[in-house]
Amino acid sequence: MTSPLQQKLKITGPVVVTANRLSDGAVVYRRVDGDWATALADATVTTSAAVAQELLAAAKSDRLRAVDPYVAPVKVAADGRVQPGNLRESIRSGGPTIELPATG
Amino acid sequence: MPLVKRGRIVADPYVRVVDDAPVADDVAVILPAARFLADAAELAQRAAPTGVLWPNDRRVADLAWLDRLALVALAFPSFRDGRAYSQARQLRERYGFGGELRATGDVLRDQFLFFIRAGFDSLEVRKDADAAAFAEAVGRYSVFYQPSADGRASTARQRLLPRPERNTAETAQAARSAAAFADSN
Amino acid sequence: MYLYDELDRTLVAERVGEFRDQVARRLSGELTEDEFKPLRLMNGVYLQLHAYMLRISIPYGTLSSEQLRMLAHVARRYDRGYGHFTTRQNIQFHWIKLEELPEAMADLASVGMHGMQTSGNNVRNITTDQWAGVATDEIEDPRVWAEVIRQHVTLHPEFSFMPRKFKIAVGASAHDRAALRIHDMALRLHRNGAGEAGFEVMVGGGLGRTPFLAKTIKPFLPQRDVLSYVEAVLRTYNQFGRRDNAWKARIKILVHDLGVEAFAKEVEAEWQSMKDGALALDPAVFAEIAARFRYPAYERLEDGPPALAQGRRADRRFDSWMGNAVANHKVPGYAIVTLSLKPQGGTPGDATAEQMQAIADLAERYSYGEIRVGHEQNLVLPHVAQRDLAALWRALDGLGLATPNVGLVSDIIACPGLDYCSLANTRSIPVAQEIASRFRNLDVARDLGRLHINISGCINACGHHHVGHIGILGVEKNDEEFYQITIGGRADEDARLGALIGPAVRYAEVADVVEDVVAAYLELRERPQETFPQVVQRTGIEPFKERVYAAR
Repeated sequence: MTSPLQQKLKITGPVVVTANRLSDGAVVYRRVDGDWATALADATVTTSAAVAQELLAAAKSDRLRAVDPYVAPVKVAADGRVQPGNLRESIRSGGPTIELPATG
Repeated sequence: MPLVKRGRIVADPYVRVVDDAPVADDVAVILPAARFLADAAELAQRAAPTGVLWPNDRRVADLAWLDRLALVALAFPSFRDGRAYSQARQLRERYGFGGELRATGDVLRDQFLFFIRAGFDSLEVRKDADAAAFAEAVGRYSVFYQPSADGRASTARQRLLPRPERNTAETAQAARSAAAFADSN
Repeated sequence: MYLYDELDRTLVAERVGEFRDQVARRLSGELTEDEFKPLRLMNGVYLQLHAYMLRISIPYGTLSSEQLRMLAHVARRYDRGYGHFTTRQNIQFHWIKLEELPEAMADLASVGMHGMQTSGNNVRNITTDQWAGVATDEIEDPRVWAEVIRQHVTLHPEFSFMPRKFKIAVGASAHDRAALRIHDMALRLHRNGAGEAGFEVMVGGGLGRTPFLAKTIKPFLPQRDVLSYVEAVLRTYNQFGRRDNAWKARIKILVHDLGVEAFAKEVEAEWQSMKDGALALDPAVFAEIAARFRYPAYERLEDGPPALAQGRRADRRFDSWMGNAVANHKVPGYAIVTLSLKPQGGTPGDATAEQMQAIADLAERYSYGEIRVGHEQNLVLPHVAQRDLAALWRALDGLGLATPNVGLVSDIIACPGLDYCSLANTRSIPVAQEIASRFRNLDVARDLGRLHINISGCINACGHHHVGHIGILGVEKNDEEFYQITIGGRADEDARLGALIGPAVRYAEVADVVEDVVAAYLELRERPQETFPQVVQRTGIEPFKERVYAAR
């Protein structure tokens, strides 16, 4: 049985690799330079399964900074802006869809 | 894989015997369950201690010849699989097993106290660093709510010890419910 | 409520120390996430969509003002100023940082609070009825027994790595306000023919992918045997519960697969071997714990002070709240007050730090410093003198905590859903808000009578949708939010699972569907007092099905 790190990834469009930051659980996105970004706009986006595979493998071995990385779909608009690819990723990127209780 | 016994890292005098390999008369051995049960009468003649590795999905009631055993090893295939804690307590508390009770498998530091409380007195520890930290790990707690196989005083027992400075005033309702319970027992 | 002694406090402090060490070892890499995850779960720490979530235990839903103030502090200092009360009488904070958790836990420990066993494959918070100790129909206070059992199962060396979680509820009245039969084990205090108090023991309830109602395995267990019997059930489960499939690992599956009789026999055999051992409950041990339950020194007051009736006549809104949120108390001159956490436009079960602080102060002034959390995600002030009700209402009204919708259609029970939870398929909060908005007219809501809507964002069923009068379950289809609707569920002593009325509907349609279901109820009921579940029982689901799906 192939290790998950070697199993072929199948992707059907642009994707990012995302995870939660270990220290505070914040949503983070993997960059090809090895860093994690908190904004989707700063994530490395790829349409190549091989690149996604590498990003994911690198993310998984970065155990001290991020937890449970996975490949998530994105949409890229004509002007190049990157948007979350489904509702779950929209909520991860933009926060809850409801108004948070007022404080103060 | 360090063996921690009674709080110290020790050499393991036992040899694990696989399947039908020959068993020398003067070597302490841990046998697979099926082998032990099949050969128990014969093994009773041995001079050296005999142990068995009992699987965690078999009732300990099936472990016959318990009085012939110097050691019972129980299995934790994953630290999340807690069946052998029940087996350990039953061996100690119901069947009165007084020999060495050993935890094997995914034996990690954060469960050391659970192992000890369940009645294990030796642990085949997976990580060296964990073995070295044994005393610290089991020293973390001084309060135990429930009685278990290790004989540590539960809070119930501790609370009933006389404490002259304790304020024993009770509310009327608490006294009534306590009296009602005592009456019905 | 229960007062911690030195031993209780020490245990919590030791737990904080252990967790501090575990967090440090995780952050340093000495522990992998795989090794750390069960450890943090055993302290109520989840990793959710946006952040860590901390679930804090509120044993049998009882809080002191001091503790509620500490929760307000946690909300302000470590979170985003609010918390969420859950269907298991606990509280959750959604925006926690792992690295700040040891500090937060130390703060909580200073008032005897913790997150022990609010998650993980162990025994979870033992819940009871939010009116325990003051209800007019209970035979004794179930919380004392919940505390006895709580101590027994806390950091229990044998039952910390069971096949799955184990939820226990304790009740002491014929009318079940604690949803006993949806629990893995329920203990119902009652009297036998000889007038002795003992427990009916029910096992194998649980919702989720395969919902079951608990079945009676022992009609009458003497009180002295409760710990040994609980031990026997847990041991049987620990040894024989399935571990190969997380969806089949609860005790309900074991009970179903073995059959009730065979399961009961297995437990009985185990129990017989230990019932007269160390776990036989010594009356002195019980008395010691019972003695640390403090009850108010109630004044001798008259029921129905004249000023109260006058106040009701003078103020229609106060009168409406009195008729909805105030229940009879077993002590004359007192009342049980429910604070609705379901205001229009709010998130069901949420309270801000300011509200928590204010409620703590009001509890001190009007409720002997005690607050309760109910599984319907509302709060209760259990010891309010009737003469104080008007003043209390004015204060609550100013805080947005006096919506007179308790138990009504807009008192919706909803899990956090996909807005927060990584397990969810769909959102639940905005669905609840839209439905509540359709029924914001209180006259309409009152006319409908008791009507429980339960919403779960996924099959884990934290919203208890299976036992809602109207149950709503979020499912995902092609990355779109769809919802299955069930009707006719009940969570009380006549517990039932709801029946699916048809294919799942889209997010935008759910509120319309609920309006149709409610309209059907109004047409079908034979008189205003015939409740929604009674109608469904009488007519079956067909008429509702027709109404909802005719035009869809």
